[in-house]
Amino acid sequence: MKQRIKLFVNGEAYEVYTEPNRTLLDVLREDLELTGTKRGCDSGECGACTVLLNGEPVNSCLILAPEADGQDVVTIEGISRPTLPLHPVQEAFIEKWAIQCGFCTPGIIVSAKALLDRNPNPSEEEIKMTLVGNLCRCTGYVKIVEAVKAAAEKMRRKIS
Amino acid sequence: MFCCGCLLSDMGSLPSFRYFEPPTLQYALYLLNRYGDSACVLAGGTDLIVQMRDGIKKPRYVVNIKKVQRLNEIRVEENGVVIGALTVVNAIHESSLIKEMFPALNQAAGMLASYQVRNRATIGGNLCNASPAADLAPPLLIYEAKLRIADVSGEEEVPIEHFFLGPGKTVVNPGKILKEIYVPKPKEGTYSIHLKFGARRAMECAIVNVAASITFEDNICKDVKIALGSVAPTPIRAKTAEAEVCGKEVDEEVIEKAAEAAARDSRPISDIRASAEYRRDMVKVFVKRALHSLLTESNMRKG
Repeated sequence: MKQRIKLFVNGEAYEVYTEPNRTLLDVLREDLELTGTKRGCDSGECGACTVLLNGEPVNSCLILAPEADGQDVVTIEGISRPTLPLHPVQEAFIEKWAIQCGFCTPGIIVSAKALLDRNPNPSEEEIKMTLVGNLCRCTGYVKIVEAVKAAAEKMRRKIS
Repeated sequence: MFCCGCLLSDMGSLPSFRYFEPPTLQYALYLLNRYGDSACVLAGGTDLIVQMRDGIKKPRYVVNIKKVQRLNEIRVEENGVVIGALTVVNAIHESSLIKEMFPALNQAAGMLASYQVRNRATIGGNLCNASPAADLAPPLLIYEAKLRIADVSGEEEVPIEHFFLGPGKTVVNPGKILKEIYVPKPKEGTYSIHLKFGARRAMECAIVNVAASITFEDNICKDVKIALGSVAPTPIRAKTAEAEVCGKEVDEEVIEKAAEAAARDSRPISDIRASAEYRRDMVKVFVKRALHSLLTESNMRKG
């Protein structure tokens, strides 16, 4: 039986009617057509579906649609606000060539942004351990870690 | 994430079910009692959703208990700490109270899956899912935690040693909810550690989990607890290993004997991750490392 859920995504309120046996990932991609968030494994292992739920990075493939009722979601589409046009993390990924096919990129950027929000000066080890839940098949992670470090520096400079 | 069965999700759809979000424990228990084994409790969803997609669990009713108040708090109680069953693993890892009092639990929490999973996975879910590799079980075994379980007729407290009945099976039968976990404060002079060994440094089901604690009085071991995960149908205490250490002066020889005894205490199976023989060998290696580490820590503190 369909139920109504109201959720806030990237600062906007949405109302969706859905059966309970769908996930937040389904709702974001299919109902709200926010296809930046990707479906990789549907089992919480690859992190391609990472979004911020009430500020915290989560695998949206493991959250039932009704669980998202009343919650605040930020997807990759919402990362660049309010620092339009691009968030420092996005800029750094471009500058450092930390993207190949780009499939893992939205999830990694969301995870990295959340890391830098809670830890403005992470060590390389901390960056790597934070990103264990975001798999990249293309890059070998070297450029990704460099980009996160560069983004951290950008963000620290902006504040000071 | 799904552990020891090693099935890959085929991105199948979730089966149909009726969904409930009871706002009170009472109502949650009423629903679970009414629907019996057709219902599943939904906590963090990091095991259940995967199992539903894989067809391993097929509940007709899903009861999300996250709206029930006060099941996700960490509070101090008489001589110990009470951890609500819905406390997410990140909250456990980031708690300075838990880090100070129960270092093994802090360490195990930090090694569970990924940051994203830890923001949803709950301590109650990890225990009730009862994978033999459950990361939070060995530390709770060495701290002799007591699990408080509610059903429609009341509440009972079960020592963790009696909690696990087999792979995926606990005393939390249909109609019951694990409410909270009471962890008694370790005695003065106790050092504890948790080690996880897997094929990768992260995002892995343990090949072997070891949690150990020693209470030192001078150089003598006054009390010792050793718990193993992933090497038996349930997480277990390695009691013959403990007997090798208890009351003795902790030295190389004692540690070696204890590590060998721990390997004998384990009853591993061969599976996709490792053979039984390799697991037994790794039990010895990691129990040795754990006990060494505790000895070193104790010597350092004495200065």
